[in-house]
Amino acid sequence: MTSIPWWASEGLWRKVAIWATGLMFVVLIFLTFDSMSDIIAGNGPRVPDYSVINKRISYKFDEKRNFQVPVIGEEAPLFGKKLSDEEAAALVSHGKKVVQGRNCMNCHTLLGNGAYFAPDLTKAWLDPGWGNEQAREALMLAFLQDPTNNARTFGTGRRMPNLKITEEEAKAVIAFLKWMSSIDTNGFPYMFKPLPQGGKS
Amino acid sequence: MSAAVGVFDSSNLNGGQRLAIKYFTVAMVLFGAQILFGLLAGIQYLNPDFLYGILDFNVNRMVHINAMVIWMLFGFIGASYWLLEDETGVPVVGLWLGNLAFWVFTGAVTVVVLVYLFVQWGPGNDMTRWFINEGREYIEAPRWADIGIVACVLVFFYNVAATVMKGRVTGITGVLVLDLVALAGLYLAGMFYTPNISIDQYWWWWVIHLWVEATWEVLVGCLMAYGLMTVLGTPRRIVQTWLYIEVALMFGTGILGLGHHYFWIGTPEYWLTVGGFFSSLEPIPLVAMVVHAIYDAGTHHTKSANHPTLAWLITHAFGNFLGAGVWGFMHTLPQINLYTHGTQWTASHGHLAFFGAYATMNIAFFYLAVQKARGNVWMGAGLAGNGWKWKWSLALLSTGVMGMTVALLISGYEQSFVERAMDGSTWQGYFDAQSHPWFKQGMYRRQIFGWMTAVGYVLLVWDLLTIGAHETRKAVFPASVEKGSGGAVTEPAPAA
Repeated sequence: MTSIPWWASEGLWRKVAIWATGLMFVVLIFLTFDSMSDIIAGNGPRVPDYSVINKRISYKFDEKRNFQVPVIGEEAPLFGKKLSDEEAAALVSHGKKVVQGRNCMNCHTLLGNGAYFAPDLTKAWLDPGWGNEQAREALMLAFLQDPTNNARTFGTGRRMPNLKITEEEAKAVIAFLKWMSSIDTNGFPYMFKPLPQGGKS
Repeated sequence: MSAAVGVFDSSNLNGGQRLAIKYFTVAMVLFGAQILFGLLAGIQYLNPDFLYGILDFNVNRMVHINAMVIWMLFGFIGASYWLLEDETGVPVVGLWLGNLAFWVFTGAVTVVVLVYLFVQWGPGNDMTRWFINEGREYIEAPRWADIGIVACVLVFFYNVAATVMKGRVTGITGVLVLDLVALAGLYLAGMFYTPNISIDQYWWWWVIHLWVEATWEVLVGCLMAYGLMTVLGTPRRIVQTWLYIEVALMFGTGILGLGHHYFWIGTPEYWLTVGGFFSSLEPIPLVAMVVHAIYDAGTHHTKSANHPTLAWLITHAFGNFLGAGVWGFMHTLPQINLYTHGTQWTASHGHLAFFGAYATMNIAFFYLAVQKARGNVWMGAGLAGNGWKWKWSLALLSTGVMGMTVALLISGYEQSFVERAMDGSTWQGYFDAQSHPWFKQGMYRRQIFGWMTAVGYVLLVWDLLTIGAHETRKAVFPASVEKGSGGAVTEPAPAA
C-alpha cells in the first residue's frame, strides 16, 4: 500500500463534504428567512399588497439603481370599482388559480420563468400593445375570452388557443396581472417601455 | 441456476436488479414520449396552426418536460436498486413493497399523462389543482399525484436505507442515503398554494434547482463511482475520494448557486451577488468529474468490461461539463442574465444539460442491466457488426442534442438582442424577435436535429433489445479487491 498524502485522503474529503454542505445550507436558511420577510405581499417595498390593484401602476427610471422601478400612484380602481383589501386579495388569488388551471406557464413566462412560445406576462398589464389606458381593460377582457377571434399575433400567425375563460375568470386574471406588474424585479425586463398613462404617478 | 450466456433471463439478476429492469423499461418508454412531444411542440414553432385547438403547444410542452423529469427519476431509482445488493452484500429489505410502489408509481404516471392529454385544463379552482393540472412548470402533476409520488419515493427510500443499515455501509451508499433524504424532502417545498407569485417561485426553485443542480448531480456522482468500479475496476478508495470531492464542491457551490434564480422574481438585490458568485463556481465539480472519468479510463487503457457503458459514462462527463457547466455559466451572471432570462438561451442550456448530465448516465446503466440480464455477456471489443448500433445511436443522440442546443442558442442570441436590448421587451419586441430570419432558421435547424435525436432513440431501443443476443463469450470483469461484489480477489494490474 503506497502512502497517500493527507490532501488526497478519503477521510479528509468526507469531512470537507459534510462541513461544506452543512455550512451552505445554514446560510441558505438564514437568507430564506430574510427574503421571505421581504416578499410577503405588503410586508416590504418589493412586493406590494394585493390592494395595489386599486391604484395606478407606472414605471420610473431610478438613477441610483440604474434601472426602472415600479411606482404606485393615485387611485385607479380596476374596472372602476374600488375593492377592500380582502376583496382584492381574493380576486388576485382567483386569477392566479386560473393562470395555473389553464396552464399559461407552458406557453408564456411569468417573471421570466415558463415556456418561450408566447410573450412574457410580467409586465403584460403595462404593455404598450394595448394602445392606451382607456381601452386596455376592455381589450384584455375581450382577448382573454376569445383569443382566437381577437388574436394578437403581430404577424406571426401564433394564436393563443381558446381556453373558454369566462368573464369572471378573465377579470381575475387581469387583477393578477395588474398586481404582478407592481413587483420590483430588479429592472427585469430591462428598458421596458410601458404604455402611456395619464395622471400623476 | 444461471441461464446460458446471451439469453435474456431474470434468474441472472438479484432481486433489486429485477426491480431495476422494470424501472428502466418504463424510463425508456417515457424517453420516447419526451422526444415525440418535443417534436410536436417544435413543429408548432414552424407552423402555429399544427394541432391548434386539439393538442396545443402548452400541452405538448408540458408532456415533453414531465416525461423527461419522470424518466430521469425512474432511471435513478432503477440504478439505485441495481447497485444496492452489490454494495451492501445483502438482499433488498422489503422488496415486495418496492415492487408494489413501482406499479403504483407507474399507474399514477399513466393516469396523469392521460388527464394532461384528454382533459388538458380546468377552471380556476382547487379541484383543478388537485385533479387535473397544477400549472407550475416541471411540477404540473396534480396534488393527488404529488402525494402518491412522495409515498412511492418514501418506499424507495425505506428499501435503500434499511438495506444499507442491514448490510455493509460504503461511501457510495452512505452518500446515496443522505442524498435521497434531501431529494425526497425537497419535493415537499413545491406542494403548497399561494397567490403570491414571488413566494411561489421562491419555493418552486427549491424543488427544481436543488434537485437538478444539487441532489441529482450528487446522485449521478454515486452512479459514476459505481459504474467506473464495475466496468474499469477502479479501486473503491479512488472513486469514493472523488465522490466526496464532488459532493463538497457540488453542494458547496450549488446550494447558494440557487441564488441565480432569485435575480428577477421580486427577491432582494443581494441575490444578484450571492447567486452570481456561487453559481459561476458550479462548473468546478463538473470539471473534476471529467478529469476523474478520463483519467481512470486512460489508466486502464480504455479496456473495459462493457464498452457501451464506458462510452456513455465518458459522454456523461463531457455532456455534464458542457451542458450544465459551460452552457450554464454562459448566462448565469446577472449582468448577462438580465437580457437572456426567459429566452431561448434557457431552452438551449436545458436541452444539453439534461441530456448531458442525466440521460447519458441512465443509458450507461441500461447497458449494464442488459449485459447482466444476458448472463454477463461479452460487451467489449469485437461485438457483432462491430457494435454499430450502439455506436451510431450514441453518435446520433449526442449530435442531435448538440445540434438542437446550438440552433436554440442562435435563436436565443437573436432574441436577447432584438427583443430585450433593442425593443425593450414589449410584446411587439417579442414578436419582432420571433419573426426575425435568424430566429426562424434556428427553429428549423432545431427541428432537423430533433429528428436526428429521434432516429438515435429508435436505434438505442433496438440495440438494448438485441445487444449480446447471439453472443456466447462471457465478459471478463476487471477485478478489484475493494469492490467486494464478486469472487474476484486480485487488484487490477497497475498501469504501465
